[in-house]
Amino acid sequence: MGTAVFYLVAAVGVVSAIAAMAHRNPVVNVLSLVVTLFSIAVSYALLGAEFLAAAQILVYAGAILVLFLFVVMLLGAPAEPDAGESRPFQRTAGLALAALAAAGGAAVVAAIHAAAPAGALRGTAQALGVMLTGEYLFAFEFISVLLLAALVGALVLVKRKH
Amino acid sequence: MTIPTSNFVILAAILFAIGAAGVLLRRSGISILLGIELMLNAANLALVAFGRQHGQLDAQVFVFFVMAVAAAEVAVGLALLVAIFRKQQSIDVDRLNVMRW
Amino acid sequence: MWAEIIVSAAKVLVIAGTVLTLVAVMEWVERRGAAFIQDRLGPNRVGPLGLFQPLVDAVKLLFKEDLTPANVSRGLYLLAPMISVTVALMTFIVIPFGAGGDITIFGARLGGLIVAPDLGVGVLWLLAVGSLGVYGIVLAGWSSNNKYSLLGGLRSSAQLISYELSMTLAVLGVLMASGSLNLEQVVARQGGQFWLGAIPQWNVVPQMIGCVVFVVAVFAETNRLPFDLAEAETELVAGYHVEYSSMKFAAFLMSEYMNMVTASALIVTLFFGGWTFPGMGRFSGWPLLVLSLLSFGIKLAFFLWLFVWVRWSLPRFRYDQLMRLGWKGLLPLATLNLVWVGVAMTMGWIR
Repeated sequence: MGTAVFYLVAAVGVVSAIAAMAHRNPVVNVLSLVVTLFSIAVSYALLGAEFLAAAQILVYAGAILVLFLFVVMLLGAPAEPDAGESRPFQRTAGLALAALAAAGGAAVVAAIHAAAPAGALRGTAQALGVMLTGEYLFAFEFISVLLLAALVGALVLVKRKH
Repeated sequence: MTIPTSNFVILAAILFAIGAAGVLLRRSGISILLGIELMLNAANLALVAFGRQHGQLDAQVFVFFVMAVAAAEVAVGLALLVAIFRKQQSIDVDRLNVMRW
Repeated sequence: MWAEIIVSAAKVLVIAGTVLTLVAVMEWVERRGAAFIQDRLGPNRVGPLGLFQPLVDAVKLLFKEDLTPANVSRGLYLLAPMISVTVALMTFIVIPFGAGGDITIFGARLGGLIVAPDLGVGVLWLLAVGSLGVYGIVLAGWSSNNKYSLLGGLRSSAQLISYELSMTLAVLGVLMASGSLNLEQVVARQGGQFWLGAIPQWNVVPQMIGCVVFVVAVFAETNRLPFDLAEAETELVAGYHVEYSSMKFAAFLMSEYMNMVTASALIVTLFFGGWTFPGMGRFSGWPLLVLSLLSFGIKLAFFLWLFVWVRWSLPRFRYDQLMRLGWKGLLPLATLNLVWVGVAMTMGWIR
């Protein structure tokens, strides 16, 4: 049951990821990425990270990608100009590097010993909350400073000078 | 029955490669940001999978932090794109070849 | 095993059926209520008091010509209403509608009228799925290839993101006081006991500010007047659904009403004690189930009426006013509420 769900989700995720990167319409790109992020959320749930699954949908699909969509619409969904193969090496190099990344992943997989997972820990909100406010308190507080800085930075960047 | 960790890692590797290809090949600033998001997510998935392999929750805490950083990154990145679009009427990164204007 | 599946399926059917029926009822209430507030009669031709008006409307919408304009982005244009309805239907599975207690059916424990009692993330699910509703509206606005639609979609995406912050912060206060994400726990903590012997321990009493912020934010999230900037008939014709007709238009209308039902149920559950009622300790089994449903229904009906009441009483906000209210009004208030709950809990003023 779980395995079947995983394969279905993985297939959907990969196909929509390709669409998210390859399609020429920016709106379709953003929406395909939403589907991919959904499939990753389901993967989190399969891994027992239920809080992360909900946070994934809430943060990524519900906020970050809506922001993308907002900007795409604000800029009038600019179609990408034809590359015109002005720099053919770019495409070759890009695909080669991507292949390298995939190969690296495969190498890691090959290096994993076929040990069974050490018990599925349920990543409940409570368990994560205890860690966030205990062991990782400093990092947690620092993230809020980072978010504030990003907020101020974004505002300064888009502010029109009068 | 549990799904082996390697399945998740392979999925993460494929997604990461697709994201990397997108960042390297696309010219529109939005697509490049989307590719970065995809790569971050692939890395997150691998982290959670490895965390389960070792029976630790620390990986999930880390993923939580990555999400927060990604949100900050997107806010600034998109603000940059909007600012660039206002100057150049284009978000083609190939046309961003001047240091100041 | 099978008994549990049957009980779960029955719960889904009963609750989905109730929500969809409520949509039809609310359409009638809205039109009659509007007429009452504006001192008119309203629809009264079809059936007693015009009660069959929703049926007639549904038939009318079904048989209208289903038009797809020429220059729309076809796939997304068709997808948008589906997203809206699906999201609206998915949200209410974590809301407890009534007390199941110790009732067993065919050997399976009923365990409360809630579709997904064991979902650990509880209210987080509701916030997560609810935040997806914006896609339906934004896509409808963009794919219609119409500048009014696009403006409606843009407005609503900014509005939903802005008000989601205040809404989530208001919910956080309740979650802090309850110590659980599970809405059944939230309800259970509010029932049974009294302050000063008479005031039920509902969250609305210690968290009045949070409750007000939540109600206002929920009005904005459901795109209802006075915050229906996304459709704003007087400026944007009909906003994001200008180009939709027949059942596709009805889908948007239905999802709006379903969101209203979910939002009201959420207000009741989070701040007004859910299905609990004074003196419920004296009942158990089936009487408790019926009475708790009744209690929930009465509270729900009040807030549904509040939606109608506000819609026909207040004029629409201007867009800059809306944004100012969201960011400079509600957000600081919600933060204040959160701080207050934290302080009160530390000092032991509230459990």
